[in-house]
Amino acid sequence: MKDVYQQLVSIVGPAYASNHPEERFFYSRDGGTMEPREPDFVVMPKTTDEVQQIMKLANEREIPVVPMGGGLVLSGLSRPLKGGIVLDMKRMNRILEVNETSRYVVVEAGASQGMLQAYLKKHHPKLKHSVPDAPPIATIAGNVLIHGSGHLSAMGGFHTDMLNGLEVVLPTGEMVRIGSCSTSPYWFSRFPLPDLSGLFLGWAGTTGVATKIAIKLYPNRPFNDVIIFVTEDPEIVPDVIHRLSGVAVAEDILAWMTPKPVWAHGFQMLNVNYGADSRRELTLKRDLLRESVSKYIDEKVGGFMPLPPDMKKRFLEAPASTLAVFADVNKGGGFEYVGGIMPIELFPEAYRKGLEVASKHAVTYSLGARIIGLGHCMMFFYAYAFNRADEADVKRAQQALEDTNGMVLEMGGIPWKAEAPAQKQIINKMHPPTYELMNRIRAVLDPKGIMNPGNWEVS
Amino acid sequence: MYELRYDPQICEECETVDCLMRCQYINIDLEEAKKERQKIIAGQDSRVLHECATCYACEEYCPYDNHPFYLIVERQEQLETRPVPIPIVKQQIKMMGPRGQIVPQKVSAPVINMCFFPMLTGSIRGKLFEGASTIAGSDIFCNIMWLHFAKNSVIRERLPKMIDNITNYYLKDSGVDEVICFHDECYGAYTKLAPAFGIEVPFKTIHLYEYLTKRLWELKDHIKPVNEVVAYQRPCSNRLIPETQHWVDEIFELIGVVRPDREYDRENALCCATLIRAMQREELADEIQNKNIDDMQAVDAKYCVFNCPMCLMTLREMVEERGMTPIMMSDLCQIALGESLWG
Repeated sequence: MKDVYQQLVSIVGPAYASNHPEERFFYSRDGGTMEPREPDFVVMPKTTDEVQQIMKLANEREIPVVPMGGGLVLSGLSRPLKGGIVLDMKRMNRILEVNETSRYVVVEAGASQGMLQAYLKKHHPKLKHSVPDAPPIATIAGNVLIHGSGHLSAMGGFHTDMLNGLEVVLPTGEMVRIGSCSTSPYWFSRFPLPDLSGLFLGWAGTTGVATKIAIKLYPNRPFNDVIIFVTEDPEIVPDVIHRLSGVAVAEDILAWMTPKPVWAHGFQMLNVNYGADSRRELTLKRDLLRESVSKYIDEKVGGFMPLPPDMKKRFLEAPASTLAVFADVNKGGGFEYVGGIMPIELFPEAYRKGLEVASKHAVTYSLGARIIGLGHCMMFFYAYAFNRADEADVKRAQQALEDTNGMVLEMGGIPWKAEAPAQKQIINKMHPPTYELMNRIRAVLDPKGIMNPGNWEVS
Repeated sequence: MYELRYDPQICEECETVDCLMRCQYINIDLEEAKKERQKIIAGQDSRVLHECATCYACEEYCPYDNHPFYLIVERQEQLETRPVPIPIVKQQIKMMGPRGQIVPQKVSAPVINMCFFPMLTGSIRGKLFEGASTIAGSDIFCNIMWLHFAKNSVIRERLPKMIDNITNYYLKDSGVDEVICFHDECYGAYTKLAPAFGIEVPFKTIHLYEYLTKRLWELKDHIKPVNEVVAYQRPCSNRLIPETQHWVDEIFELIGVVRPDREYDRENALCCATLIRAMQREELADEIQNKNIDDMQAVDAKYCVFNCPMCLMTLREMVEERGMTPIMMSDLCQIALGESLWG
């Protein structure tokens, strides 16, 4: 393996390839509950060409490759289950192009959410992208590739729906472009061509390495507000979401249910964020949103929290800083969640069962749901905080997550960015020909099975 | 226990029905006002119970101090007219509840009661408050806000406990027998609301403005007149204690600011509208706020002066957008004394 290391050094330089125990330790784990798995090498390429050279080497030598963005997925997807190379993309972090008129940006795959947010604020203040509730170091590409969602998802859907194009290095080392950029100098859309992006989205890095990505940008409006609908009847929440999202003015709709602080316990809160170009427009949008749920206000079973502007500030943040507080509530910095993608009518059941799981395992929990599109579905999250230094606490969280994955599937939802064991649970429930097709596609793209092996596999 | 001291005969004999006729939020003629008043006295439903904006003003308008507003709130609760949606009320009750974190603390006079607003303790500084102790937190919250939520029951349950806490955790062992209320709400709760419900208050209560007036006279040689026009945002709770209003004028005179006549000031003041939003009456809240801020702007006010922290939080942004500076009364006094607000 020493010659592999030397070859990696010759591709990226000695500062950016390592087989040292420190790096191997660091890259063996993420912030979640999955057991560490050490890589043999860690490599940080700077260019697409270097990625191609690495992939050719790995393919020739049949060495597993695990692409990694911010390493913040929490479900262990960037752990090298079968050793090999972790391909850390963070050096490929340039923002290549912003098209103000057609509202898109092209970035390298290691560009982070925080970088793009800061860049747009400085150079294109009238534009913004959909920011996930993740630390700013999370990468844009990583979040799109796992079907993430964020602060504009009520308007634009999954982050995958906001994808305009990709540059990908295949497991065999060829580079391909997906979307309009394959045919035009513009990265304006994935259409009207055959949409090949699906070969790389949601595959947990098992089909290729994204090196560039274009995503849609949206107006960054000067006036912004949030209204928070409160009820204590989960049964009405699907209809409330249906009504609020149906108005089609919200940028983001986020439900949250948490036992702490005490005033939140037992209630379902729905944050509805929206923006406007004038105060008048903002008021109009607020009135439309309120009117949509007037039935419940008139019945006195729900209403909007009376929050002065000063108290709204933290609900207007993107990403929300309160999540970082929850993530360390048990101290020890452990935090993982199941994001169940499911139809909104499952909200009451998802909520009740979430409470049951949390109670059964005595875990510190926070529940919530980000609404995707105009109420087309939701990412219902079951977040569990744990103390990483407390083995019993980690175990409790692990079991709660496992139960939650099972419960989500049983209800008719699908766990998002599922851990390898949860991927197996999904495969077991999947229409068998679908899984067969996945394997056939994978075999074509990755004949030697080097891409993130151990994921989307039965054994 | 803690029955409202209300005399129905006084209202029945009242010919002017000022409580309703002068209401800024209910449009009603004298004949109907008398009918609605009778319904309220008899414990029957009335449009007043549904349309009341809970601005407290009828407590001020009543020439007999017969507590028409407390009775309206009493009836709203008894008849479950629910001015605010149920989950919002329940959530607020939890949010503002005592957390049981109070610990005994030695204090020395002057003791400034900051109520539920410990974040404003930084305002207690400089020459005005030399040697002052502050007390604050959920365990000494005056709980007057439940008048907005048709929840006199919460006041009955919590206010006596808060009074006990102030006495037993702070005053008794410190040999202090009076507190200065930073906020109109506390002063109104201890001097007017508590007696109306027969709740005993064993300590003396001083209004912040009485204290400031006294201190400004003592510091008169240090005052540099501010020489600006101000608008005063009179809070709803001041309707319970209109006798304190003269101190506002006295303070303004002492520090050299002008409070021009405005349409929506003094007895015609408009509330900040936060609680009207709790009632989900957004259009009314917008209308009130706009009328109020327009009125302030019309007199070219440089400062919008607040007593109530909630009014400040609610109106700050709007006031700033219109080019005025929102400021608490004590901070404005400190400017007049040449003190920096930022240390």
